[in-house]
Amino acid sequence: MTDIKTQKSQWEELVLGPVLRRFPERSANGGEFATTWGEPVERLYTPEEVEVDYGHDLGFPGQYPFTRGVQPTMYRGRLWTMRQYAGYATAAESNARYKYLLEQGQTGLSVAFDLPTQIGYDANHPLAEGEVGKVGVSISSIEDMRTLFDGIPLEKVSVSMTINAPAAVLLAMVVAVAEEQGVAAKALRGTIQNDILKEYIARGTFIYPPKPSMRLVTDAISYCTAEMPQWNAISISGYHMREAGCDAVQEVAFTMANAIAYVDAALATGQEIDDFAGSLSFFFAAHNNLLEEVSKFRAARRLWARLVMERFGAKNPASARLRFHTQTAGCTLTAQQPDNNIVRVAIQALSAVLGGTQSLHTNSKDEALWLPTEQSVQTALRTQQIIAHESGVTDTIDPLAGSYYVEWLTDRIEAEAQAYIQRIDDLGGAIAAIETGYVQRAIQESAYRTQRAIDRGEQIVVGVNSYRSEGEIELPRLVLDPLGEQAQRDCLARLRGRRDEDAVQRQLARVREAAQGNDNLMPILIDAVKAEATLGEICDALREVFGEYQQVTTI
Amino acid sequence: MTTIRVLIAKPGLDGHDRGAKVIARALRDAGMEVVYTGLRQTPEMIVEAALQEDVDVIGLSILSGAHMTLVPRILTLLREQGMEDVAVLVGGIVPKEDASALLDLGVRGVFGPGTTTDEVVSFVREIVGDPEAQEAS
Repeated sequence: MTDIKTQKSQWEELVLGPVLRRFPERSANGGEFATTWGEPVERLYTPEEVEVDYGHDLGFPGQYPFTRGVQPTMYRGRLWTMRQYAGYATAAESNARYKYLLEQGQTGLSVAFDLPTQIGYDANHPLAEGEVGKVGVSISSIEDMRTLFDGIPLEKVSVSMTINAPAAVLLAMVVAVAEEQGVAAKALRGTIQNDILKEYIARGTFIYPPKPSMRLVTDAISYCTAEMPQWNAISISGYHMREAGCDAVQEVAFTMANAIAYVDAALATGQEIDDFAGSLSFFFAAHNNLLEEVSKFRAARRLWARLVMERFGAKNPASARLRFHTQTAGCTLTAQQPDNNIVRVAIQALSAVLGGTQSLHTNSKDEALWLPTEQSVQTALRTQQIIAHESGVTDTIDPLAGSYYVEWLTDRIEAEAQAYIQRIDDLGGAIAAIETGYVQRAIQESAYRTQRAIDRGEQIVVGVNSYRSEGEIELPRLVLDPLGEQAQRDCLARLRGRRDEDAVQRQLARVREAAQGNDNLMPILIDAVKAEATLGEICDALREVFGEYQQVTTI
Repeated sequence: MTTIRVLIAKPGLDGHDRGAKVIARALRDAGMEVVYTGLRQTPEMIVEAALQEDVDVIGLSILSGAHMTLVPRILTLLREQGMEDVAVLVGGIVPKEDASALLDLGVRGVFGPGTTTDEVVSFVREIVGDPEAQEAS
């Protein structure tokens, strides 16, 4: 190594120095070259800056610490699941979009629910007005769920659902509808997001206070472990915290801190780490800084593996595999010059693939303006297909390993994230750090810094603060039927008119009773949805027992 | 002169508060008194808060697509309370046709993605007739 050190200083003196004196380097983003979390980036990385112990830090794909990937063959065996997040208006309209996406070569579904559904309100709740079917599909009862998956074989297509506070209820509906299709729970493949902690931090669709919410989470984990071995009971998500403004290191750190809280909660119910670790999955964002993002995914895998084995004492190395979904970064999309977004999405998607993602959603170019049209979603999906089949990056595993810069970044992200985790441990863990607003404030600070840097032109956003063009853009827009909301309400009213009201009330009483005790709520929720109790009714029954969360507001 | 008072509010069920918090912070850094409501505010809660806090400006942040339901209701409630002098601004994902409709209904400004915080600060100063607006613009 001294050899390289000597050679490098000779190069700096004899080759670099004269050039720098004549042609100084440009400034990057208005200052020094730096990572997105503000650490200086060197001109050149050599073995001198990177100390990799191959066996200890990298290893082999499918083996601890999984830095190089969670499967032994990665994309040579099977490509990632191409999974576009979709859902709007009624269950019938979303069902049609899913069938379209599957016809276009998509390989898994990802359900977007509207805000009333995500907050446990039926479509006819006063607070739902104007929100029904807007950012996702409206699901108030098992009848809607039946329509949503009509003609979609649940034993073949994996289904991911972005649902958190009422995740257990929606999972119960899926189990019940699958049963009607003749598909056993054991055969179902999919994911519920079920990550309540990041809702308090960044996403906002909480219902209950942390303690009962964590009980709902661990009930789902324990149910899935026992009954749905191919189902991910949680998708621990950094995505929304990143969208709220945090940097790459914070994304990894806060996600891991939340993951630690979920594991602690599951362990406290008497479950063993090696029994449930396989039902934990993760969800990250992919941003524009290609090499930093690739390194982020690698660092997250290694950090999680070490936490599972060293902190939680897992016996089975397979428990330490971090499997993750990726979505390209919505907050990097611009309303100006929307075609540029196709390029951003391609770079971001490439980082996810080079980083070894298990599934991927690519954003559509028009999403800073409105819900994506079928045409723009198709281009987003084609972007993944081009990476998969034309770019060559899937031919060999973890192709950027051994790059001095990538290994340096991977080390730095892991180390910096560990420092945050230590800070959160010192504050008493993720829940305490959320209740005091520590995590929220850290994210806001980063968001504000980023915005000011863009305002001042220090951070360039092409088409927004530089390379602007005049003139209005004209894009086709997806317009929702304004009568959809009323149709959904009418549908719910008809259901309430014809169902067995006594049976519904009996089931709701059971839900209330079970919520007061400690038994797993899942089987009771499944009975309740089968009796056609609605999402809002079930969530209200739980509200009566659990109470509602009062947000910690920090600015 | 008196300090400009602003209420930043999140109407409806939308949880995206990055923009609301960034704008609240920027207005505060520009010397204004800023109150942030937090999430899930009904139109009634927002107008009540505006009344209690005696604000000059209400900034509404909506990214869920519910703006055409929620904003007109807030404008109506403000009129009913005799608070027409309170300027209402909207920020978020608002398609162009909807933005025109909201301006026709009395919203003073609609700000989409790509807006700088400086633009918002100047705009607020201008509409409340702040003498500093001349300097800022």
